[in-house]
Amino acid sequence: MEISTDIWVWIAAIFTLFIYSFLYKDNPLYKFAEHVMVGLSTGYYTAIVFHTVIVPDFWEPLVHSISKFTMSPAEFSSYAIANELTTLPTVLQDFSPVVAIIMLLIPALLGLMLFTRFIPKISWLSRFSLAFILGAGSGLAIPNSFQTRILEQLRGTIVEDQGSIVVPLFSIDAWRDFFSAPGIGTFFEAVSGPLLIIGTLCVLAYFFFSKEHKGVLGGAAKAGIWFLMIGFGASFGYTVMARVSLLIGRMQFLLTDWLGIID
Amino acid sequence: MNKLLPAIVVGLLFLALPVAADGIEYLDPLVELPPASPVLVIAEDVPDDVGEQINLSWSLSFDDPAVGGGRGNVISYTIMRKEADTDNEFKVLGAVEAGNGQYLDTTCEPDSSYIYLVGASNGNTVAFSNPTETTIASTHFMHSQRWNILIGTLILSGLLLYFIYTARKGKELFIRRIAGLDAVEEALGRATEMGKPIRYVSGLGGMSDVATIASVNILGQVARKAAIYEIRLIVPCFDPIVLAVEREVIKESYLDVGRPDAYDPNDVFFVTQSQFAYAAAVNGIMLRDRPATNFYMGMFYAESLILAETGASTGAIQIAGTDAPAQIPFFIAACDYCIMGEELYAASAYMSREPLLLGGLKGQDWAKFIIGAMIVVGVIVSFFTTSFAEFLTGS
Repeated sequence: MEISTDIWVWIAAIFTLFIYSFLYKDNPLYKFAEHVMVGLSTGYYTAIVFHTVIVPDFWEPLVHSISKFTMSPAEFSSYAIANELTTLPTVLQDFSPVVAIIMLLIPALLGLMLFTRFIPKISWLSRFSLAFILGAGSGLAIPNSFQTRILEQLRGTIVEDQGSIVVPLFSIDAWRDFFSAPGIGTFFEAVSGPLLIIGTLCVLAYFFFSKEHKGVLGGAAKAGIWFLMIGFGASFGYTVMARVSLLIGRMQFLLTDWLGIID
Repeated sequence: MNKLLPAIVVGLLFLALPVAADGIEYLDPLVELPPASPVLVIAEDVPDDVGEQINLSWSLSFDDPAVGGGRGNVISYTIMRKEADTDNEFKVLGAVEAGNGQYLDTTCEPDSSYIYLVGASNGNTVAFSNPTETTIASTHFMHSQRWNILIGTLILSGLLLYFIYTARKGKELFIRRIAGLDAVEEALGRATEMGKPIRYVSGLGGMSDVATIASVNILGQVARKAAIYEIRLIVPCFDPIVLAVEREVIKESYLDVGRPDAYDPNDVFFVTQSQFAYAAAVNGIMLRDRPATNFYMGMFYAESLILAETGASTGAIQIAGTDAPAQIPFFIAACDYCIMGEELYAASAYMSREPLLLGGLKGQDWAKFIIGAMIVVGVIVSFFTTSFAEFLTGS
């Protein structure tokens, strides 16, 4: 039951209250907290990117590659010991120093070209970098998306894994179990698989844009939107629970760590 | 008997002590004798890798405790390796505990040849197997378990190209009505009447997110209309790369409709890459600028409800679209119109009615039809056998 004497706990608590003041209306305290948060986070992420990306992935490998290129093997050994270089950067493990330098300078150049946007005369150069980012990003994303979003989902609609055994979702065994021992458990066991299959097909029908939703397609699409809404309802309830736990966490911080009202 | 007793005691001591009176060390035969060497040592290149792995397998030594029939004195297996066709000596690569008959060498140089020895060790001595045959750690260009992805991608790409070609030839392609997208025009009209800006949030995704790519396409269409109606378009960005792309897209749209003068790059700006700091800033902007319309299109996480609720409290028309299943319910609850999942991908084609995009959309529909058909066939086939599903996924 003691109020905190830690200055940082006080700062965190005051900023929490400033942000919560938004629930009443926009006010100077919220505006102050908002601006501090945006400024701090931008500065923090800039420093993080500098220390976790630019230095280890570009600057250090470049310096080591140039050193290896300009030094004799004996000199480079001494250099490696002096710089506590236990393992060479990956690019130097796989390529000769000259190739490694080129391999490092190409992405650096593409990165710098993004900054040409600030110089109107040569701002068109930034489009090369953007084209590379978009092309490489899509190319890398497509096989993974195909595997996870299409093939695995397709498989999950046809069969399910029960331990090491693969069982079809539409299984005669489940129905046999239900008829031999009728009950709610065996009924849901028998119905859940076919329901999932029908639900998936109906939702697919809803997302079919090339035909007017009339007749059989219209009926399936209507059922599809019901399946979607039931799914969203369940997801809504589940996520709200998670958000409430976030609020509880913040309240605990205020009442326990800051004010010490709760032990 | 009394005379024999000392002799019996001395005799027992002699048996008990490892070192006899003559100084010769007698070994415990159960522990100290060299164990039987492992046999049938096979080195195999690991398939579908980049040439850095070779898998070793062997039959356990007869004296391995796991076998149970021998002396049981094997405590580990030592693995040695040398490069083939060189005079180098075998070097110790690693060791595994007794009972293991496998070792994965992950330190190979691509396309290099190696010879291995596996030795059963009892702690003092190691009994080595015969050398394996020369094995090459080959680099595999294709992943043999991913042919299904290649075939699927080719089929889908073929469909897309065919329908794009058909659309370009002038064939009329029908698209059903999408309510959320019809509302875009209405929302922009309202902003024009009120003389207030519109705000477009493209979420927290990067340029490799499909939802962000779709969002950028929609932004292009929204920007065209904003330029025509002379509405101020505010775009706060989360990702610096997305910012660069969005500026290009908006600039292009303003140019296309002949209003490059109306484009203000300061209205498309970077905020921060911290999720809740971004949400706090966008909320603040919303309350101060009071836009007539808010668009939320792209990839969203926990900030979705914070943004949508604040937007709703300002009385703005709100249109949201995302493919994040966990966020769609919040948008449905707090926005006037919600574009769900696949509708987001169809949006740019729907809004622009460009043959190129319409052809792509038609191709996607056929892909969905094929997927639906495969589910039906798969369910029927798997009713009898599960191997069809295994074939599909390569697992």
